[in-house]
Amino acid sequence: MTGAAITGVGYTPFTARSDRSVLSLAREACANAVADAGLTPAEVDGMASFSVMHDSVPCVAVATTLAIPELRLAIDLDLGGQAACALVWTAAQAVAAGQARHVVVFRALNGRSGPRVGTMRFAGGGGQYRYPIGYGSYLMYVAMWARRFLLETGQGEQEMGAVALAQRAYAGANDRAYRRQPLTMEGYLAEPWVVEPFRGSDCTVEVDGACAVVVSALDAARDGPVPPAVVASGAYRAGGRPGLDIGDHLGWEDYSRNYTSLLRDELFGRAGLRPSDVEVAEIYDCFTSTVLMGLEGLGLCDRGGSGTFVAGGGTAIDGPMPTNTHGGLLAEGYLHGMNTVTEAALQVQGRATVQAPRHHVCAVTSGANMDGSALVLTADR
Amino acid sequence: MSTLTPAAADWLGVDPDSRSFWEGLCRHELRLEACDTCARVRFPPMPACPYCGTVGGREREGSGRGRVYSWIRVHRALLPEMADQLPYTIVTVTLDEGCRMVGRLDPHVDPFDGMAVAVHYVDHDGWTELRFHAANPWAAGAGEPR
Repeated sequence: MTGAAITGVGYTPFTARSDRSVLSLAREACANAVADAGLTPAEVDGMASFSVMHDSVPCVAVATTLAIPELRLAIDLDLGGQAACALVWTAAQAVAAGQARHVVVFRALNGRSGPRVGTMRFAGGGGQYRYPIGYGSYLMYVAMWARRFLLETGQGEQEMGAVALAQRAYAGANDRAYRRQPLTMEGYLAEPWVVEPFRGSDCTVEVDGACAVVVSALDAARDGPVPPAVVASGAYRAGGRPGLDIGDHLGWEDYSRNYTSLLRDELFGRAGLRPSDVEVAEIYDCFTSTVLMGLEGLGLCDRGGSGTFVAGGGTAIDGPMPTNTHGGLLAEGYLHGMNTVTEAALQVQGRATVQAPRHHVCAVTSGANMDGSALVLTADR
Repeated sequence: MSTLTPAAADWLGVDPDSRSFWEGLCRHELRLEACDTCARVRFPPMPACPYCGTVGGREREGSGRGRVYSWIRVHRALLPEMADQLPYTIVTVTLDEGCRMVGRLDPHVDPFDGMAVAVHYVDHDGWTELRFHAANPWAAGAGEPR
């Protein structure tokens, strides 16, 4: 146990066009999280965030607008969806070590009306081999992995469609979700290809918005207004040859296995738990295929069995492993996995919009391909 | 054949590690790097071997042959400059040398796992693009697993 817990969560609405500055969004989400934790900004002494190609604002800007008197920890990470769980884990360790007492971790962006990560050119040495030939979108790289994953595990469009359907069903009940209209398998299969093997509903929906969590020392967390979601374990992993930039997958050996299978043993071992102990899962889902890969990689499903599990209702609210209970990045919106973490905290705290009946152990992941991170959140026991 | 122009090199993002590769393509040559210690061939070009860490290496001519490892078919114009090319297919190929590259499959055939491909070169204004084609076009597509 690290002696740290998530004590509060905060959101802005997720919209197609905020007509607000990213700083305004970030400030609001962080202020909401701090209030949710029963704190005042003056009690916050740490902040952490991540951005892609300067699409956000630095911690000090948000600290300035929250009138935080003193920061003892500030981390601005230049990373995509790999970062959310890793930052919460780093914040938890800083809190456990006494470096800070309450750390706000946030992600804020005008991801739809501003710079769109789906089509932006990433910095780094690998882009010259991709962009000039029309291989220039993150969606394409994950599609390339999805094709190999489906080949090797004997799965296909029905299995990916099952993920889209299951998550859309959750989103229908979630007022925060951007995509709420029901989806049928017939409707899914009728959608035109975006990049084969992905149709529109296989892909996350880019939005404007922000969300945040407060990570607090566990003794302080126990005084708060909501039950703490204890950060029982965290792990980050980049496997061998993770590439020259976040889109360079050429050195990676096996596109059918991502970072989740590499960090699984460390993640659960540190918490003293096994995959079979997990009661609810929030799996990073910029695309449907990463849910299947994540469920299998974490050992929550057998290799090749995730699609059948999802199609059979395994991830539904009354199934054995409720998963992506907010609709996921696919339907709630693409806050680069930070809203995956906020939903996980809400589930463990027992106050999610669609609440899993068993919710004392939650596995969360961040990231899709070569590198990523994960958390185990538990009830205070 | 083409000559790598400064404007094209700038647009491509050519750097000191990659210049020789791009200049090779202009001559319709595939220049790969091999490690002096472990002999593994790597791509993209980089300052040290990603398998054993040995700095440097030597250039060698690639066979230009390999097998399809994975593929996508792009239907939507995520990149506006590619809108008039849709749909097109990008393959990840494991070269006979062991390293992987991505390239356009031109002409398109329905790819399959392990499909044999070979490189060819398409000259543009100031640079040359490496593309793949089915090495045995009569064997591609018909009756193969998709």
